[in-house]
Amino acid sequence: MSSLNKESIINILFSYFPIWMLFLSVFNDFDFNYLKIEYFAFNFVHILIFFWTLKNPDHLGYASIFLAGIINDVIIGIPIGISSFCYLLICFASAYIRNITLSPNFINDWLSFLFIILLINSIQVTILDLIFFIEVNYPKYLINTGFTFLFYPIFFFLFSIINKKISFKLND
Amino acid sequence: MATSRDDFVIAVRSAFLKKKDKQKFSLLTLLFLSIFVIILSNYNFKVIQYIKIVINEITYRASFLISAPENKIQSINSQIKDHLEIYDNYKNLELELEKLKQKELVNNFLKMENEKLRELINESIKSDELLAKVLIDKDSPFLKSIILNKGTKDKLKIGMAVADEVYLVGKIIEVNYTNSRVLLLSDLNSKIPVVLEPIGMQAVVSGTGGDTGKIQYTKDEYGDQIKSKDLIAYTSGQGGLFKPGLPVGRVTTDNINKIDFFSDFKQLEYVKIISHSIEEVN
Repeated sequence: MSSLNKESIINILFSYFPIWMLFLSVFNDFDFNYLKIEYFAFNFVHILIFFWTLKNPDHLGYASIFLAGIINDVIIGIPIGISSFCYLLICFASAYIRNITLSPNFINDWLSFLFIILLINSIQVTILDLIFFIEVNYPKYLINTGFTFLFYPIFFFLFSIINKKISFKLND
Repeated sequence: MATSRDDFVIAVRSAFLKKKDKQKFSLLTLLFLSIFVIILSNYNFKVIQYIKIVINEITYRASFLISAPENKIQSINSQIKDHLEIYDNYKNLELELEKLKQKELVNNFLKMENEKLRELINESIKSDELLAKVLIDKDSPFLKSIILNKGTKDKLKIGMAVADEVYLVGKIIEVNYTNSRVLLLSDLNSKIPVVLEPIGMQAVVSGTGGDTGKIQYTKDEYGDQIKSKDLIAYTSGQGGLFKPGLPVGRVTTDNINKIDFFSDFKQLEYVKIISHSIEEVN
């Protein structure tokens, strides 16, 4: 009985994996910057939100994403609300793709992701530069977008395995 | 044609309004809420300021705790590297120490001479220093800043200079009750008035978003004067924000508009917050 309870607690905690990862990455600014490779940075949160809201939105609530955006703004020091807005736009795009897609295809998802992150970063830069007059490094944003796009397949593969395990354990 | 437009409208409406089983809010509600937050954060009402301070306090502390394991791993890594290079470092330091001892004698004389000269013009600079621990130093690709564990309760104010030992690293741009944010010299939005010595030329050092800075607003003849000289940028004290004479960085020989900062902003653990006042001596 106790082992059954223990297992169900682990399963429940495991089902919150996307939320754990989301908050851990915004608090920790997870982007491999500690490797100290010049210009190397990618936005892990964009990949995480896009994947989970596209494939399994029940495990990553919009309210959590909104809150994570607020925390991210505080940590990186930009006006509060901008990241939330951008993250929710990713959610909108992925919800739209989910609605119009009958048979999911990785390449389509990947290319849609590129379009979405380019759009999101453009919106973010526009808000920062034109509304809040914060000077931003355009090449770095572009490089960040490029690496985020390139890293998507790796995380797609990892998250797909985790997603399958979560679904399997919860249906078990 | 009409059908495909209808499909598009239905897909968009569904994406905005439809909630999944476990979703408590629709996307549209939260999008409006985030726009509302962006607009509100632009205003400086007292209530909003207090809410901002509370959010900042909680977030910075939580981030510090969550980053602790990663910071520990990084510090162990750097300790191992230091141990491996210990003998070479010792030899270099021995040579450097000898040179510094010689320089110190000259500096002491210059310091006393400077104080006497200031007395002659009835002026003295008084400065206070406060040691602060770096809570968060995430190297974001967007803003170059660090969070310190000192705030309004330690009488910190926006604009105070922050130094790594004697080298300037930035200025305070946001103060909360127990913590504050420092904009580093390397940030694109950082602009510091400096004086280039030994030629004594006034300039502004701006951040580039990378590890170096650039020199702006100098006279045209600057290029000719630098050719044979080793130039060092010190804070000029223009505008009264920074104490004059804080070392900022060295002008590179390959590009005369580029400056290498003395401090490594990625290695900051403790910093000094410097406040100063220029007083008249009667």
